[in-house]
Amino acid sequence: MAKSVVQEFTKGLWAEIPPFRLVLGLCPVLAVTKTVENGVGMGIATTFVLVCSNVLISLFQNVIPKRVRIACYIVVIATFVTVVELVMQAFAYPLFLKLGIFIPLIVVNCIVLGRAEAFAAKNNVGRSFLDGLGIGIGFTLSLTVLAAVREVFGSGTFTAPLSSAVSLFGPDFQPFAFMVEAPGAFVCLGLMLCLMNMLGKKS
Amino acid sequence: MGDLLVLGISCIFVNNILLMQYLGNCPFLGVSKKMETATGMAMAVVFVLVMAGAITWLTSAYVLKPFGFEYLQTLAFILVIAALVQFVEMFLRKSIPGLYAGLGIFLPLITTNCAVMGVCLINIKEEYDFIQALVASFTYALGFGLALILFAAVRERILLCKVPRPLQDTSIGLVSAGMLSLAFFAFKGMV
Repeated sequence: MAKSVVQEFTKGLWAEIPPFRLVLGLCPVLAVTKTVENGVGMGIATTFVLVCSNVLISLFQNVIPKRVRIACYIVVIATFVTVVELVMQAFAYPLFLKLGIFIPLIVVNCIVLGRAEAFAAKNNVGRSFLDGLGIGIGFTLSLTVLAAVREVFGSGTFTAPLSSAVSLFGPDFQPFAFMVEAPGAFVCLGLMLCLMNMLGKKS
Repeated sequence: MGDLLVLGISCIFVNNILLMQYLGNCPFLGVSKKMETATGMAMAVVFVLVMAGAITWLTSAYVLKPFGFEYLQTLAFILVIAALVQFVEMFLRKSIPGLYAGLGIFLPLITTNCAVMGVCLINIKEEYDFIQALVASFTYALGFGLALILFAAVRERILLCKVPRPLQDTSIGLVSAGMLSLAFFAFKGMV
């Protein structure tokens, strides 16, 4: 049962990669993956909150009373989300405007609370840090891949973080607009989940 | 009055919280396997969301804004919602134990239901007045319930079908949610 330290980190990248293996925190996944830039920005913001809240909660695991633990976790998470909000307003204002209410909504992202409850509350600081980092990076990767698929097919562009959109197929390309709209988000995520299931069966 | 009706219809159909605004998807996929739990969740969300919408609007207008604490909005809202959900949980456990047992793990999860938090934030962002905020909260919750119950009905049918192995469960759920979302897409431009 006891995993090596390396495994705590790498499990977030494949074995328990959110949102494909852990089907949690779908709202930001569906909402912000219209462009790659948004996806990466959201992933990094979530990773920061995950790592900080995991570390703090595992430090305080013996102090937090069991009965009100969820409330305590939420206060910790909300504090870090406020930090992210203020930092983004100061240094990445255009991205902050694009992500809109999904930045404050990191508070209610089930992945963050789920890791706090399922992992950070029972493990030491080092492991919780690695767990948060691994899951966070896995989440960022998934968002990037999904956003890349949706952006390339849906609008025919690719927006690397902190740069402008690059057109890929020239001016005659008719974008498959379904992909960037809400229905496309659901179908695309569903099909990627199916692909992950197929790959998982083989290994 | 007419304006409020338009607002209500746009919140239920055009800007449906689940299928158009992508909020509240975890309970959407989690409790939609059975009609009973879907109905219970829908009712719980309507109840909580109206109260949460009202209380967070009052918090924002009379506590945060006069003292210039707007940057604490996230923290304040989530605390208010968490306390409210705790209250609802205690109330259900005492008076409707059947429903409490049915909802199980998902009742505390209303706290982390982004639909609830999301609507409260939208109310402030769109600068609704108190009546508009109440109407928007109620109709967003109705839209949530409508989509959830429709989706539960679809999912009960899917159970009877032969689905290829890798597509089973959540995967086919998401694809059919996409189809439902496509149907709601037709309401765009109605208001």
